[in-house]
Amino acid sequence: MKSEYKIITDLIEENTRVLDVGCNDGTLMEFLKKNKDVDIRGIEISKEKVQICVSKGLTVIEGNAEFDLKQFPNDSFDYVILGQTLQAFINPEIVIKELLRVGKKAIVTIPNFGHWKVRLNLLIKGTMPVTKTLPNNWYNTPNIHMCTIKDFVKFSRTIDFKIFKSLALINKNVSYINDSNLFFKNLFAELGIFLIEKYNEN
Amino acid sequence: MNIKEKIKTIVIDKPLKLDCGQTINKFPLAYETYGSLNENKDNAILVFHALTGDQFVTGLNPITNKDGWWSFAVGPNKSIDTNKYFVICSNVLGGCMGSFGPSHENPETKKTYGTDFPVITINDMVNAQINLLDHFGIKKLFSVVGGSMGGMQVLQFVSNFPDKTKTAVPIACTSSHSAQNIALNELGRQAIAADHNWMNGNYTSKNTVPDKGLAVARMAAHITYLSKKGLQEKFGRKLQERDDLKFGFDADFQIESYLRYQGSVFVDRFDANSYLYITRAMDYFDLVKQFNGNLSNAFKNTKAKFFVMSFTSDWLYPTQENKDIVIALNAIGADVGFVEIESDKGHDSFLLEVPDFLKAFKNFLDQAYSEK
Repeated sequence: MKSEYKIITDLIEENTRVLDVGCNDGTLMEFLKKNKDVDIRGIEISKEKVQICVSKGLTVIEGNAEFDLKQFPNDSFDYVILGQTLQAFINPEIVIKELLRVGKKAIVTIPNFGHWKVRLNLLIKGTMPVTKTLPNNWYNTPNIHMCTIKDFVKFSRTIDFKIFKSLALINKNVSYINDSNLFFKNLFAELGIFLIEKYNEN
Repeated sequence: MNIKEKIKTIVIDKPLKLDCGQTINKFPLAYETYGSLNENKDNAILVFHALTGDQFVTGLNPITNKDGWWSFAVGPNKSIDTNKYFVICSNVLGGCMGSFGPSHENPETKKTYGTDFPVITINDMVNAQINLLDHFGIKKLFSVVGGSMGGMQVLQFVSNFPDKTKTAVPIACTSSHSAQNIALNELGRQAIAADHNWMNGNYTSKNTVPDKGLAVARMAAHITYLSKKGLQEKFGRKLQERDDLKFGFDADFQIESYLRYQGSVFVDRFDANSYLYITRAMDYFDLVKQFNGNLSNAFKNTKAKFFVMSFTSDWLYPTQENKDIVIALNAIGADVGFVEIESDKGHDSFLLEVPDFLKAFKNFLDQAYSEK
């Protein structure tokens, strides 16, 4: 998803340290490396994907983000990216807290379960939605914690982190999400992209 | 051609103070090279061998007339591509393939050192091998690589000489030898000592060899290099050239026959005292303790790019111990990649043709080399 990568790249400043959590085959890492002067690392659970990353000359460690982020000290990266995987974790709350511990900022993208097609799918068919971006059935989907853009905004208040920027991707067009348009963005965006920060402790 | 002509040796003229307190000087280090050093002298890879390895990494080993221990991994277009890289490997200090070791003659007594040879450590080994860089006029290696004890040398090398290599590949190793591994090494040493031909290490002067003890040590060790699943699949309960059990203590099972064979061929090429010294060096290896409990400090001065590999079925140097190295490197923001290779061949995986291993190894080196 090129437009998603472009938005993420635009959110990141030059000469920073970046960690891509669940970096997959390293496509985003490569894209970032090419377009920004950043020191980028990845962590990926699949051996095959790690192999692909190594063949691209990317620095990636095999590991599970739910357990292996522990090894990174506080604030060891300027940005930690979590692309469309928050919903696959057993405990998204712990993952978000870990992202914000390891990174000064985090960029989280979520496939929006509030999209009208998903809602309509459930409303009319009465079965769990299967769409282009969510192609699995309920019993074999890795996405065990689907949420909507609105859910994520509420989530930020519950577990107390700051949403610095929130963007919606609608038909490859980017727009800002704010309190007044949240209802519409939550209905029409395929993807929500959030730049988040922990609240200053002092 | 006699054995001496087949082994290249440099004599190290700089005194080397060993961890045990003794200083050695004018000692030989046997080595072999493959490929050629480029004009910039920036394509050299120093390979460290494991416990029973030697400097003959690839091609035909002129002493044993068998393929080198990493023949499938080192050569033209292989993981370590000798069309590109200049490969250096030396026999470790304490070894028995030409480097200064217990089978050498003590100039003072005119007798073989035996157990009078000073106890050496992994640290001593790499401090001896750094001299190879001067010998070849290399300012900085492209890489240091090795598996098992070779991996320990990689870690120690980077720690001792943080700016002497661009990349480092420790494979299937540990930063601190575990109690289980010390126990297994002790089993091997006691097997050698129990052989009455060992004669407290003075077997050369008595013209005997403790080959039975050394063979048992090798047999026991060999089991630890394999996995239960690998053994079961390869041997199961298959019988050795017989239709039924013989109700005796001959090798009824193929696995017994295989181990006996492994033991018997080992004694032809390895010295029992060297086995004691090298296993001791492994046992003493504790980079964590050397840096007061913080492994990260071992690497804080290096900019080397690391790539750590472990194997799923390796229970001797399990993934977790390899991951501890990765964790220590990540803690200081070092450049480190890591992958656990799927293999049921146990610790031996790094000495076998495991395609995923060879592929990752090659990709890492070639990509890092292209970035220079």
